[in-house]
Amino acid sequence: MKGISLMKNISFVKKRHLFLKKAIPLLATISPVTIWLLLLVAAPLSYVFYLSFLSTDGYKLIYKLTISNYRELLNPIYLEIYKNSFILALLTTIVGILLGYPFAYHMARAARNKKALMMLLLMIPFWTNSLIRLNGWKTILGKTGVLNTLLIKLNLINAPLEILYTKGAVLLGMVYILFPYMVLPIFASIDKLDFSLLEAAGDLGANSIKTFLHVTLPLTAPGIFSGTILVFIPSLGYFFVSDIMGGGKSQLIGNLIENQFKAANNWPLGAAFSVLLIISILILVSIYKRTGGDMKNLGVV
Amino acid sequence: MTGERKAIVELIKVNKKYGENHVVHDFNLKIYEGEFLTLLGPSGCGKTTLLRMIGGFEDVTDGQILIEGENVESKEPFERNVNTVFQSYALFPHLNIFQNIAFGLRMKKIPKAEIKSRVQEMLELVQLNGYDKRYPGQLSGGQKQRVAIARALINRPKVLLLDEPLGALDLKLRKEMQLELKKLQRKLGITFIYVTHDQEEALTMSDRIAVLNQGYLDQIDTPMEIYERPKTKFVADFIGESNIFEATINEQKGKDIKIALEVGEALARLDKEMFFADGEIVYACVRPEKLKFSKTKIEGFNIQGLVKEQIYVGNIIKSNIVIGNGQTLKLSRMDADEIPLIGELVNIYWEPEDAVIMKSRDHLIYSAIDRWI
Repeated sequence: MKGISLMKNISFVKKRHLFLKKAIPLLATISPVTIWLLLLVAAPLSYVFYLSFLSTDGYKLIYKLTISNYRELLNPIYLEIYKNSFILALLTTIVGILLGYPFAYHMARAARNKKALMMLLLMIPFWTNSLIRLNGWKTILGKTGVLNTLLIKLNLINAPLEILYTKGAVLLGMVYILFPYMVLPIFASIDKLDFSLLEAAGDLGANSIKTFLHVTLPLTAPGIFSGTILVFIPSLGYFFVSDIMGGGKSQLIGNLIENQFKAANNWPLGAAFSVLLIISILILVSIYKRTGGDMKNLGVV
Repeated sequence: MTGERKAIVELIKVNKKYGENHVVHDFNLKIYEGEFLTLLGPSGCGKTTLLRMIGGFEDVTDGQILIEGENVESKEPFERNVNTVFQSYALFPHLNIFQNIAFGLRMKKIPKAEIKSRVQEMLELVQLNGYDKRYPGQLSGGQKQRVAIARALINRPKVLLLDEPLGALDLKLRKEMQLELKKLQRKLGITFIYVTHDQEEALTMSDRIAVLNQGYLDQIDTPMEIYERPKTKFVADFIGESNIFEATINEQKGKDIKIALEVGEALARLDKEMFFADGEIVYACVRPEKLKFSKTKIEGFNIQGLVKEQIYVGNIIKSNIVIGNGQTLKLSRMDADEIPLIGELVNIYWEPEDAVIMKSRDHLIYSAIDRWI
């Protein structure tokens, strides 16, 4: 009996020793990352998640768990907003691909110095505050803006066109703001493309359209997927675009969240909207991964 | 012989310029049905450019290219009845082996059943049975090479263009593939135009070799003629090892000539009529295995050398012999033959017909003269 317990003891000590031997260096190396992740990702997300189960009396939080916020999410008014958000995000992505792909293709195939110039033209606005840039659009598209004034002066129209504060204007702003996010991953995948593959396709009897459909497009699809993820997700949440370009007339999920946290002072409901948004993003990303997308292509991992 | 055979590809005064850079000069070449022709030359000699012009990937700056008697300069690659095996294989990474090989047929909208049987036929031809579901990333270099060949051949081209297809393979595999390619070409009877910088590869596989030097055609001949009878110093130097002497003509009696080297006299016999002025400067080329040595003086020769070093290369022993002007001569002997000893002073000679006399003109004038004759 004594022998057995001694054996147990020894094996326990061994295990403990092994654990310490492995865990300490492991912890030591990953700790900065771990701390960073805990502090900046896990903690705020958990708080948002916790918050979404609380309620408010209009002034301060009531610390009693409830799912009333989630019931509120199914309110038909909100469902309409989700639908609008989703359609806008979808349109933004589609327009982004249609405009971004040719741009990226041209950039990838351009000579070295031209490539650098195009990259610079793409990036300079990107580094400028997006609120300022969107307000710039207002001076162009507004009722007394540059465009309308010009068209009236040219006698092409009699009365100013209603461009600003429409859904179209929001779409324009969204595409404009998110354009680099679409172009850059597509550019990266076209730039990587081995040009001899296109020659091979031509050699084997494919004309330029067939070559594009059978070779170029499938091989650059990861770039399009990455761009889609990078554009679709933010366009659900960029409330300031619809604020500025849509004049607050068209509400998006992002606006809902903003309103609950600011004007309505209903943090728990805002948190519930946020959780909804996070979950739908997770679903999208998992679909992306499931269909063979590589997280590296998103530039986030 | 050339009269009866049909030229399948014909290059007429083809020129290629990249801006100021003149890459291919007035290139004339007839390639016959069913032959294995190699374009051989060092990198930058224009051989790949020529191949790409035949394939339709580069424009011709000036001149004509005829395929089956038809002008093709304005035709896109997909309109030409030639197929290319690319240097980097250029297999489609997103398609499996079956789809890769079937690509050409799918583009031509061939019925599915026929595609299937023809792909199977090709897989058997290149010995890749059962690999149809794999992707290019899962294959070795040699296997990728076979797929690339199958993908080109399935279209039943009249001419197959191969751009250094074995360049990325290791030596042993390369030797195997050389024989296999040659066998394949004989079996199918398709014209192969093969680009390489590897002279040994060219000698092993080709029916004819075109040696390119800075965009000019220096010589086009059978491997044996190229090796035994190089027409220019460049060819003699590039193909195999050779001892090249600068010499002046002392005396010519028909095909027998006496030449004076820097270090002494020597004899040579021409294999065809050539006429030299007395004192004309020429090059004489003697292959290392044709170089002879003797303790005693040989009639007509007056070259002495000191045996400096010996290199043992398996069945061959190479000796370096330094002569009066500091030039190092290469002499190679089979292991069983008599070899000179290091430190020995020997008389160097050769059989007069083993020396090849080349006019000392640069290749530009040379090829121009060749065209007029």
